[in-house]
This record gives sequence, structure tokens and C-alpha cells, in this order.
Amino acid sequence: MDKRLAIMIIEADETRAATIVDGLREAGDFEIHTVSDSAGLARRIAETRPDVVLIDLADPSRDILEELALASGPTERPVAMFVDRSDAPLTRAAIEAGVSAYVVDGLRGDRIKPILDAAIARFHMFQRMRAELAATRAALEERKIIDRAKAILMKARGIDEEAAYALLRKTAMDQGKRVAEIAQQLVMAAGLLT
Amino acid sequence: MNLTRLRLGYVPLIDAAPLIVAHELGFAAEEGLAFDLVRLTAWAQSRDMLGAGMIDAAHMLVPMPVAQALGLGPALPEFDLLMFLSQGGQAIAVGADLTARLRAAGHEFDFRDARAAGLAIRRAATGRLRVGVPFRFSTQHELIAHWLGVSGITDFEVTTVPPPMMADALEAGEVDAFCVGEPWASFAVDRGIAALLLPGTAIWAAPPEKGLMMRRDMAEGRPELTGRLMRAIWRSCRWLDRPESRGMAAEILSRGDYLNLPPELAERGLTGRLLVTPAGETRRTPRFIAFHDGAATFPWKSLAALFAARIARGHGQEPEQAMRRAMRHFRTDLYRQHLGPAGAALPGASARIEGALAEDREVSAGKGQMILRADAFFDGRIFEPPFPD
Repeated sequence: MDKRLAIMIIEADETRAATIVDGLREAGDFEIHTVSDSAGLARRIAETRPDVVLIDLADPSRDILEELALASGPTERPVAMFVDRSDAPLTRAAIEAGVSAYVVDGLRGDRIKPILDAAIARFHMFQRMRAELAATRAALEERKIIDRAKAILMKARGIDEEAAYALLRKTAMDQGKRVAEIAQQLVMAAGLLT
Repeated sequence: MNLTRLRLGYVPLIDAAPLIVAHELGFAAEEGLAFDLVRLTAWAQSRDMLGAGMIDAAHMLVPMPVAQALGLGPALPEFDLLMFLSQGGQAIAVGADLTARLRAAGHEFDFRDARAAGLAIRRAATGRLRVGVPFRFSTQHELIAHWLGVSGITDFEVTTVPPPMMADALEAGEVDAFCVGEPWASFAVDRGIAALLLPGTAIWAAPPEKGLMMRRDMAEGRPELTGRLMRAIWRSCRWLDRPESRGMAAEILSRGDYLNLPPELAERGLTGRLLVTPAGETRRTPRFIAFHDGAATFPWKSLAALFAARIARGHGQEPEQAMRRAMRHFRTDLYRQHLGPAGAALPGASARIEGALAEDREVSAGKGQMILRADAFFDGRIFEPPFPD
């Protein structure tokens, strides 16, 4: 039987790391290490000697991993190469999901695939969550701007909140713009005038 | 008018200016383009996103397509360098420890003489010298390896440190020195933990630093769009090399969306007036960074070969074949096709002897004359690929 594969996950966010670990546990029996800090990364890898390293595509420490993947000599190679160069679609699917994997030289494709599939699924989940969070934040930000614009109008024209919003909405419709955009312009203009 | 949207990846450095300025000052819009500028945090990320088609083009280290051509990266569709975006812009910084030893040995931090600095390092270094560079396949790596090699320093180790972490690594004593693109060397000086020893241009007068990369299938499959992109960027480079543009460029680049640092920091590299020590000593370096003049944007195939030669040796590959492979990725043909009609001066050949010009030289070009910028190495090294192109 093949030996249990060792997987290292480099991820600063603990919740995120835990979710990836869960995904991998569902996919098979692995020895899993998580690293939250890129300091001393080379040493950690040399000690752990992982078969697979998983990391966010946009993590700045990736460039350090690139070096480790390519620079080490034949006797000390911790992580030797990128994902099996013959499996371009899998490489691409991983990039699109935002995960990058470094795999020890000579590891068979059929042993790598379940690991990557699990990581890709989890990273996709994170991308969705991140997008939802960004959308929620943007909506909240727009609400704040609209509230400020309403307050400016109420004060300048002596109207109530409802009338101020109606005025914003009418202006937006007349100009073919969104209420938030008009509110933004108003807040900026008011800032210049005071 | 309907603008065609293009997603361009960049890493926040002063040499991302050609992309950012093309967007901000309307050179993109003049060509009917709207740029979505995507700020990236790692070079590997840029390469992978370009390969997977998540960005259309990217600001990338000049040796990266060379490494990719030699199979030293993931399995991704091929990409090419269409034009250079910058020359120079790098500086070598040394930590407090090494600074003190260099001072004790009488070194004056003139920020100019690479030979003297190399000798001083040889005298001052104790044990293995550890030098940080932003990426294994970078102009910084070539500069360091060449300079230390010629200076007779054999016991050194070059390691990758992401630029924003350079100052931390130096302070923590993980490296003794580093070579990085601005503003990250100046950033370490401002933190009070580094002194600047040399600009990249003191080692090699015109070191090509960043290039505009695009996937080959897109560059060849959509020539009209590729031409528009190249022209927009080329005009941006031309604007950037007017001396009066640099202050404004620093202001634009420093904004929160881009570098998100004080404009004064970006301005140092862009104007070539660098603070070399935390004590406030400044040095003037004409042409510290160049974007356009002296055919700076022309992607000489001989430069692909120059980088390929060292990378091949470092990875046990046969140099001649590596050079041949790399040269195919520097697209002088697309440069001629798209930028010739826009007014770019075109050299007669696409490869040359690198390092041969001690001074600027006027040569004949396709239309009349053109000036080639001095490109000498500090030690007189010359490099000629063993075949024309």
C-alpha cells in the first residue's frame, strides 16, 4: 500500500484553514499540517517534507515557494515541482478556483487528483463567500452615502427625509443614473462648498 | 464611443507606471480601450492568472517568459513579451550590520561605483552573504549574480523575499542585503534599517526590468486589439520619459488604488534622487529608471538569450537550446508590426551585442536615425548570442 501523503496548508486565516482541512479529511486519509505564518517557511517545509503544499493563489509567500520548488538540489528537494505538467486542465481549474498547489516530484496523478479536487471545491466556496461579503459591504456603504446626501438636502432645502429621498430618486431617474451615484456626487460637491 | 475592456495585471511598484498612466491620462481611451487594472501580490499569481486567461495582459519581470519557455513553471498556455516597460528602477540595500562594517572599512556610499562597492563587500562580509531578490527569475537576480561574481565573492546565497517583506527580512537578519525595485528599497531606508549601496544601473547601465506580457494565442489571434494595447502603453512610456512628467506620475501612482504610499517615496525613484541613508544623505542618479528613450521599449532577442544563458546553467539545461527557445518569446516582430506605424524607431536587427555601448550612440534605423542608449556593464562584460535570432 502507498504511504499516507503529507499535505501542508499555508493559510493565515484559521477558519479558512480549518475548512480546507475538513474538505481534505472527507477526501481521504492524509497527514495534514497547517502553517499560518510565512516566516521560516523554508525551514518548516524542510522539516515536514510534505508531498503536497496548498496555498492561496494570491498569497505573497507563493514566490518563496516557487523558489523552494525549483532551487533545491536533488538530495534536499522538499517540494520539487508544480502540479503534474501533463494535466493542464487540472492546473487551470485550480488557478480559477484561486488555489495553487506544489507537488513533490514523481507523485502519481491519480494520487494528486482527489486532493486537488477537494481543495478546489473548498476554494470555490471561499470565493463565493468573499464575493457575497463584498456585495454586502458595498450595499452598506451605499446606504451610508445616501443617508448623508439626504441629510445635506434636508438641511439645505428645509425638507423632510421622505422628500429628500424623492428628490434624489427623481434626479437619478432624470439622469439615467443610480441613486447612490447621485448621492455620491452631492456629498462630494457639498464637501467642496463647505 | 464604446470602449473595449481589457484586464491588466500589475504588481504595485513604480515601474507599473506605463499601465497606470495609460489608464489615468487617457492613452488607453485614445485607442478605444478601457483598462481594468488588477493589483496583484505575487509574480507567480500574475503568471498563473495570465495563463488561465483571468487577465488579458500583465506587467511582469522580463526573465519570467524565459523561465516559462524553459519549462520552469506550471503547464500553462505560452505567453510572450511584447515590449519592455522599463529599464532600471532597482536598488541594492544593505542592513545595519553590513552598513556598519562597510563604513568601518571606509566605504562612502557614493551609490555609483559598482567595482568599489563590490570590493568593499568582499572585505566587509563575514561568512555567507545572503541576498534577497523579489523572484527567482528576475533582473535583480541577474544583477546580483553578475556583480558578486565579478567582485570575486563566491560564498553567497540568493533567496526570494516578496518586496513588501524585504524591510522586515532585513531587520530580522534573514538576509544581509537585498536588491529590489522601487519604492521598496527607499521604504527600508525610511524605516531606518537600511542604506542603499548601488542602483541597478551602476552594474548594468540599461537593465531591462519589466515587460508587457500577453498570451501568444491572444497576441496572434487578435492583432488589432494587441496593436491598440501596445500603442497605448508605448505612448504612456513616451510621456513618462519627459522629465516634467515624473512628479505627476509619482502623485498618480501613490494613490490608494495603486501603491498606497506617500508620493514622496515613489518620487525618489522616478526622479532619481534617492535618500541613501536614514541620516538623510541623498544621491542623484540620472536615468535611474527609464521607460522610453533610447529604444528602451524594444524587446531585443539578445536579452532573452542573456537571461536564458544563466537560467539554463542554474537548472542543468543546455544553454544554446535554451537561448533559442527563449528568443522566440521576445516578439520583435509584433513590435515592428504594431509600433512602427505609430512612429517608434525600429532598429535594423532584432538581436545585438549586449553591453557594447559605453555611451549613447546614434545608429541608422528603418526611417532615418535613432539613438540607442548606453548599456555597458560595470566590468565591460559583453554578451552575444551564438546565432542571429
